[in-house]
Amino acid sequence: MDALFLVAAVLGITALLSVPLGRYMAAAMEPGDAAPRLTRAFERISGARGGQGWKAYVVSMLVFNLCMFALCFAILALQQHLPMNPDGKGALSLDLIFNTTASFTTNTNLQHYSGEVSMSYLSQLAALMWLQFVSAATGIAALAALARGIAGRADMGNFLIDVQRASFLILLPVALVFAVVLVLLGLPMTFQGAAQALTLEGAVQTIARGPVAAFVAIKQLGTNGGGFFGPNSTHPLENVSFWSNAVEMGAIILIPMSCVWMFGRIIGRPRHGAVIFGVMATFLLLTIAGSVGFERAPTAAFAGLPIEAAGNLEGKEMRFGATGGPLWAVLTTATSNGSVGAMHDSLNPMTGLMPMLGMWLNSTFGGNGVGMINMFLYIVVAVFVAGMMVGRTPEYLGHRIEAREVKLAILALFAHAAMILGGTALFAATPWGADTVLNAGPHGFSEILYEFTSASANNGSGFEGLGDNTVPWNVATGLVMLAARFIPIILPLAIAGSLMAKRRSAESAGTLGVEDATFATMLTITIVIFGALTFFPAGVLGPVAEQLSMPH
Amino acid sequence: MERRVATSLFTTDLAAAAVRGALAKLDPRVLWRNPVMFATGVVAAFATILFVRALVTGAGDAGFQGQLVFWLWLTVLFGNFAEALAEGRGKAQAAALRSTKAELTGVRLTGDTRETVAASALAAGDVVMVETGALIPADGEVIEGVASVNEAAITGESAPVIREAGGDRSAVTAGTRVISDWIKVRVTVEPGQGFLDRMIALVEGSSRAKTPNEIALTILLTGLTLIFLVVIATLPAFAAYAGGSIAVPVLVALFVALIPTTISALLSAIGIAGMDRLVRFNVLAKSGRAVEAAGDIDVLLLDKTGTITLGDRQASEFVALPGIAQSDLIEAALLASLADETPEGRSIVALAREEGFRTTTTAGAAVVAFTAQTRVSGIDTGDRSIRKGAVDALLKLHDHDPQAVTALRRITDRIAREGGTPLAVADGIRLLGAVHLKDIVKSGVRERFAELRRMGIRTVMITGDNPLTAAAIAAEAGVDDFLAEATPEDKLALIRKEQQGGRLVAMCGDGTNDAPALAQADVGVAMNTGTQAAREAGNMVDLDNNPTKLIEIVGLGKQLLMTRGALTTFSISNDVAKYFAILPAIFVVLYPGLDTLNVMRLASPESAILSAVIFNALIIPLLVPLALRGVAYRPQPAGRQLLRNLGIYGVGGIVSPFVGIKLIDLAVSGLGLA
Amino acid sequence: MGNFTSSLRVVAATMAVCVVGYTAVIWGVAQAVTPGTADGSLILRANGTVIGSRQIAQGFTRPEYLWPRPSAVDYNAAAAGGSNLSPTSPKIALRGAEMVTRYGATPARPLPPDLATASGAGLDPHISLAGALYQVPRIAAARGLDPTVVARLVEDRALRPGGPLTDGRIVNVLEVNLALDGL
Repeated sequence: MDALFLVAAVLGITALLSVPLGRYMAAAMEPGDAAPRLTRAFERISGARGGQGWKAYVVSMLVFNLCMFALCFAILALQQHLPMNPDGKGALSLDLIFNTTASFTTNTNLQHYSGEVSMSYLSQLAALMWLQFVSAATGIAALAALARGIAGRADMGNFLIDVQRASFLILLPVALVFAVVLVLLGLPMTFQGAAQALTLEGAVQTIARGPVAAFVAIKQLGTNGGGFFGPNSTHPLENVSFWSNAVEMGAIILIPMSCVWMFGRIIGRPRHGAVIFGVMATFLLLTIAGSVGFERAPTAAFAGLPIEAAGNLEGKEMRFGATGGPLWAVLTTATSNGSVGAMHDSLNPMTGLMPMLGMWLNSTFGGNGVGMINMFLYIVVAVFVAGMMVGRTPEYLGHRIEAREVKLAILALFAHAAMILGGTALFAATPWGADTVLNAGPHGFSEILYEFTSASANNGSGFEGLGDNTVPWNVATGLVMLAARFIPIILPLAIAGSLMAKRRSAESAGTLGVEDATFATMLTITIVIFGALTFFPAGVLGPVAEQLSMPH
Repeated sequence: MERRVATSLFTTDLAAAAVRGALAKLDPRVLWRNPVMFATGVVAAFATILFVRALVTGAGDAGFQGQLVFWLWLTVLFGNFAEALAEGRGKAQAAALRSTKAELTGVRLTGDTRETVAASALAAGDVVMVETGALIPADGEVIEGVASVNEAAITGESAPVIREAGGDRSAVTAGTRVISDWIKVRVTVEPGQGFLDRMIALVEGSSRAKTPNEIALTILLTGLTLIFLVVIATLPAFAAYAGGSIAVPVLVALFVALIPTTISALLSAIGIAGMDRLVRFNVLAKSGRAVEAAGDIDVLLLDKTGTITLGDRQASEFVALPGIAQSDLIEAALLASLADETPEGRSIVALAREEGFRTTTTAGAAVVAFTAQTRVSGIDTGDRSIRKGAVDALLKLHDHDPQAVTALRRITDRIAREGGTPLAVADGIRLLGAVHLKDIVKSGVRERFAELRRMGIRTVMITGDNPLTAAAIAAEAGVDDFLAEATPEDKLALIRKEQQGGRLVAMCGDGTNDAPALAQADVGVAMNTGTQAAREAGNMVDLDNNPTKLIEIVGLGKQLLMTRGALTTFSISNDVAKYFAILPAIFVVLYPGLDTLNVMRLASPESAILSAVIFNALIIPLLVPLALRGVAYRPQPAGRQLLRNLGIYGVGGIVSPFVGIKLIDLAVSGLGLA
Repeated sequence: MGNFTSSLRVVAATMAVCVVGYTAVIWGVAQAVTPGTADGSLILRANGTVIGSRQIAQGFTRPEYLWPRPSAVDYNAAAAGGSNLSPTSPKIALRGAEMVTRYGATPARPLPPDLATASGAGLDPHISLAGALYQVPRIAAARGLDPTVVARLVEDRALRPGGPLTDGRIVNVLEVNLALDGL
């Protein structure tokens, strides 16, 4: 019962909040003539003005992201020489810097380092937290551009204006509110170095701390997920109580949910947005049910020992209750957040499949902006097949879906599958991966599979037993993250650009409706078949094999 | 009227030819056109090599591999067979047409010389003389003479039609026969590009270019194939991690089972069959694209006469002016119509007879025939000069009493409002009244239009009538809109306006002045009796000259796309069951616990793999009839349509292979094949 | 080039607002409103030295103290982490057996599972109330106290972390141990 209450409370309240926030986001990204002074200010700051076509928009985005990458790389590479380093963190290896920079630039936040061990406060804030803002803003900007294209605007907007709107008008105010709430709930926010404690038993304990609250707020809201501390939001100072846990979970899905409403508003079809929201929510609820359900099974290894057979508590915190861990695991992977509230490696085998499922689909709310963009790819495919089934040349909101659109959409879906399966194959069959797994057997396979899944979904969570701070892992996942970030942004924008150029056709009772349950069903089936089936064999060899190989 | 040949799907001849065709299509250069089947062919060849090696070295399970190879090749052949069968049905028709064409010769007139030349030597611009009994050698236009022509070779309709110089009945088609009189024809097409040639090419499927939608679908299927290629190619590495391996023939089997072979095998058959259905419906589409466009139509422009109403108006009422005896009006109308052989005239006579008027003779009377200039007709008998005609035309003859004119206007307006056409009758300067000529709306059209509306298609009636009459008929027939007093320019403007609004427009027409609109419309159906210009401008030609067919053409277009979509859904949905058949079979050696996933409880891993591959192959011929016939189509809104097809082909596609594979497994294990 | 300089200007603006401005505001609020937790919920001795953080587990081993959950990082609060072992792992079974021995669990008196499992960060400051009560006899014996007194002390400090949204009650190990020392 308590599980049901918690799920209902977190999802229900966040979903309710997402509606007005989505409306606000649409207004913020598309002010029209409503806020001329703000728009002028953004133009003055950037020196950029005027609408861009999809190619110009993409170029601006890539240049800005290149600047993001370069600056973060520089700060991390020089952190030992820079200020705000009270605990004297030293130099990082080049491959780790590459991986970390790629990870935070791409909104992934895969961490092959441990924050309290390796990062100075300056690195945490000016490099990593800064990217947590602007990478999330990049995603929101890209979604706004896509929506404008679909809405049939003359241009896609201006990236550098959009990224400022998303940073200053959306992420900043929401992060301020959440950070203050987290401060009030008891998260640390200090620039003092680690505290030295002399414990009751007389041992010395060094307690790492820092400007955590500010970092965690944007980490959660921006679907970033990179923790201030190594074990992320399982760390008591990153997530102090049941209530901070609930707030942080809400923060994971708030903006991804709002993005769907924002999309619906910008394209002028809020009902279509609601249908997409419904489909995403369905997947989310199903995986939550699976996760919470499977995690009720006791820790399998304790069979035969005089230990009470309650739920599996390995890798979980007592203050979050039984549901907090598995619920977080689904939320953080259904979105491309990647923070963790329980150690995913220690989840029961089938529970561990649920986060992977979320990342394979990568669109059941998904990352800030990009989740909805990924869903757009499935929509293109669904509309194409469904359109034929109603006996018309497929159309999406009056745009004809033809060879070019199908080609780009299927290419993006192919890339996701190829990066996950190809990477896993390469590392599973070679010492690069096989020698780095912590757990033997299918669980070790799951660790490798999870890592590439997480990188390709720009998620960032991990089966952390994997010894992944190696040159092959740092390079491979770094490259995957970069490709997996920009391919699924550029290709959909190219599709929208191609749609913009076509004459729009009128809708009638004969055209495929995108605002009803039938379309929702079609979309759901498409997601299952095109998204999940691809990964079925891998899933069988990982979590399913582990589950079914357990002694009964 | 209609020549619908009940071709059965499989005749022995067709099937035999299709089998030969299936083998011929194994040529990689041909197979390449269909990437999914090409991939199947490549891996089948690869599996064959492995099988031969296994035979030679004695390693591996050659018996199992041999069966696998057999079914893989059969999958490819079934696909080729489906295509060959669809083409074969067209080829049979084409052969008949071609035999007509081979014997064509023409008498060319050059200055004063006449020479008999083969049809293939006739170029555009040549003039030929065609006399009674001769076949017209090339498409062209009559420039002199009148003849009746039997066009049965093209239309299947034996009643001869009149072809004459000038006007809308001047076009003649190669292969049709002049059965009386003679005509001089100016050839309008170059050799090999005539109507007959096009028809042959069309029914044969030889010039069939892929439509945009087919190309897009092929890309989707190829993309899926690539995705599954990655899925399969990574499995050996996954197995290696688990400390085992998967035999290559098994991987090949899984690959072929997963890629969308079913829809790919049937794809071109669906397209050819769609065109073929249209041909058998006596409509020739100039491209597959036009057929698909028909399914997308949003607005139908329908000519009132002949499509919505019966071609002939019927007199339904005599309305006398105040102060004029009803009998005077009826008698005058009768007299004026006795010599009028038009259907309208005859209907006036018939109505007058019903009213009891028996006058039959018009001795000594002078008949005044209808001319385009006066637009009135009548009779002069004794001192009487009786005229009937359109109100304005009649009033122009004399200066009538203004009061009577006003009274007449009142009557004619009422008739127009009721959807009728008023025909004024006057005796010299004395206005008598009007005859109410009624348009008879065809039975059933109202329901058809309601059906179309549910499908989201708007109907617009095009008529030369005045707005009042048009509105009344529009209301009676249940069309959504009408264009009254329509000129060809109005029609063109309306099409452009609708297209600007993002709607696709279909229309039919026959006259030369229809040509611009036919060309502008997304689907322009020219009547076969129409002018050469109209036939060139449209993208379909209706051999039966039946404008109502436009509605069916839309249905055929939709059915073509739906068949494609439904079989795509079915094909991809099948993968769920195939996974559950093959994956446990492959992986159980790695992790015995995975036997739990063998939900169908298939007898052995070999049997499971073989059964999935056999199902995958057999489903192709099983679905050939559906591909050729098209999925059941009924006019209904898109949402209902989708739900229905999703239910049948989506859910059916998930469930049926579970049943099918289990049954095949029982057979395979029962026969001891694996 | 225009793109590049424009980008740099946006870099500067976002850095100034979202990093400098934002962090300063949150830091200001935290230090003004919740100075205690803002610095890490530290518990100080009278002389100002730090005993520990209320939020961070310490590795108690003496019988007179309540013991926390096992830690995969040996309660290292400068490098936290979990075991990351699969729940099917033999190493988990090994640790389970070790804990069973340590607590002397028997089938008649099975061990609450939180005492045999490592937390996510290895620093979980809480154990279940059941886990605490399980240890009461040992603590009472070591301290020569009446077990009911110890049990009452533990139960007084037990709380429902999520109120009505959670079933079980938990206790903060360090707080209980400080209270025990204060008896």
